[in-house]
Amino acid sequence: MAEEKVEKAEEKPQESAEEDSAEVKIENKDKERKTTNLEKNVLIKTDNDALINYYEKKAEEANLTENRSELKKRYEKMKYESGEAIGVIAAQSIAEPATQTTLQSYHRVSGGKLLTTKGLPRIIEIFDARAEPKTPMMKIYLEDDHNTKEKALEIASIVKESKLKQIISEDSLDMVNLKVEIKLDENQIKNLQINIDDAVKTMKKNVKNVNITAEDNVIIIESKKTNISINELQMLRIKVREMPIKGTKGVEQCIIEKEGELWVIYTLGSNLKKVLKIEGVDSKKTTTNNIKEIASVLGIEAGRSAIINEVTDTLREQGVDTDTRHLLLVADVMAWHGVIDSIGRYGVSGKKKSILARANFEETIKHLTNAAIGGETEEFKGIIENVMVGNLAPVGTGLVKLKLKG
Amino acid sequence: MVPKHEILSEDAVKSLLEMLRITRKELPKILESDVIVKELNAKENDVIQITRNSSLVGKSIYYRVVLKEQ
Repeated sequence: MAEEKVEKAEEKPQESAEEDSAEVKIENKDKERKTTNLEKNVLIKTDNDALINYYEKKAEEANLTENRSELKKRYEKMKYESGEAIGVIAAQSIAEPATQTTLQSYHRVSGGKLLTTKGLPRIIEIFDARAEPKTPMMKIYLEDDHNTKEKALEIASIVKESKLKQIISEDSLDMVNLKVEIKLDENQIKNLQINIDDAVKTMKKNVKNVNITAEDNVIIIESKKTNISINELQMLRIKVREMPIKGTKGVEQCIIEKEGELWVIYTLGSNLKKVLKIEGVDSKKTTTNNIKEIASVLGIEAGRSAIINEVTDTLREQGVDTDTRHLLLVADVMAWHGVIDSIGRYGVSGKKKSILARANFEETIKHLTNAAIGGETEEFKGIIENVMVGNLAPVGTGLVKLKLKG
Repeated sequence: MVPKHEILSEDAVKSLLEMLRITRKELPKILESDVIVKELNAKENDVIQITRNSSLVGKSIYYRVVLKEQ
C-alpha cells in the first residue's frame, strides 16, 4: 500500500520535469556558457534538488519514510526522456480528473453571502480566457496598520459602488421648466456615508451635457440642450438613476471577514487597478479572479501565475490532486504570445505556425484559403502536420535522426 | 505575484540564442504595452530575463522578447 502511494506521488513529476529542465537549461546555458557539455548536464541535474525536496516533503506528509537517495533514484528513473509528448499528457492529466469534479457551478464563500463559480465550469472559464468571469470576485487584504474592523469598514465603503437610485426617495419630472427633480432619502445617505457634494461631482463626470445642482436634499438636473422633448427628459431620468455616485466602478457587494489575524474584504465584482490605489490596501496580496485583468494591470507574468493559482485552487477544492507541473506547462503556453490566450480556436490553436495544424483543428477552409492567399509555407516540423501527410512524426523515437554508414 | 524582470545585455542575448540554437523571434513574447516593460523602459526586440521563484520548482529563469503590438 505504502509502495503504491509512493509510486503514485512520483508518477506525476516526470512530464514537467522535461519542461522545467528546459527552463533550467536556459538558465545554466546563459550563466555557464563556457562550460563543457558534461558540466552542463551535471548542472541541470543539481537544479532538480528543489523538486526532490518537494517530493520529500510530500512523502513525509503521507507518513512515508523513504530516504532521500531512494527518492532521488526514483525521480531520475521517472523523468521523461526527450521526445515525450508532454503536452498530450498534461491535457489528459487535467481533463480526466476534471470530469470527476462536480457539475454544480456555484459555491458559497464567506458564510454563504457570496456565490462564485467553481468546479468544472470555472476550469472551462479559465482555459477559455474570458474577458470577464461569470462571477468576478476580489479578495482585498489590508496593510498591517489598517488591520482593524473600523479601518476595514472604512475601506469597504470606499470600494463598494453606490448608485444614485439607492438614495432616491422620490423623483419627478418638472414638465414646465423641463427639469428632473430628485428628492433624496436622508437615512440612506447616512447609512452609506455619502457626501452629496462629492456625489454631484462624480455624477458630473459621468453624464454629459447637463447641469446638476444640489439644494438641501434635492438634486435638480437640467439638460443643456434647449429644445428637449419630454421623451428625452424621461430617458435622462432613467439614465441618471443608474449613475454611480461613490465607490469603485464594478464592485457591487462587500463582505468583511476575519481570517485568523487578518481582516479580509471579499467583493463581488472586480476593479483591481482602482482598488490597489486605495490607501491601506495591501497591494502585494490583494487579488481578483479575473485573470485578464491581472495580466493587464500587473503584466503577463502575473497573469501566468494567476492561471496556475486559480486552476490549482479550483482543482484542490474539488479534491483533485493533479500535479502542478501540468498546469505550469499549460500556463506557459497560454502566456506565450504576451497576452493570455484561450485554449481554442482563437487562442493557442489559432496561433500555431503550421497551416495544416491550424486547419486540422477548426475552420479548416478559412485557414487553408488564407494561407493560399498569403503564400504561406508549411515547414512540416510539428506532429499534427506530419501525421496528416503520413510522414514520420517528430515525437518519441521519431525525433531521432540516424543514418547508417556504409 | 510579479517576478523579477531585467533587460538582458546584447552580449548575453547573443550567447543565449547561440546556446539554444534559435533565433530571437522563437522566444516567448512580451508586449511593449505590458506594464512591466514600460516600467523597465524596454524597447522592441529587447530580451527580458524573468527570474521566477516558486516553492515547487525553486528558482527558474525564463526569457521573453519584447514585441511591438500590431
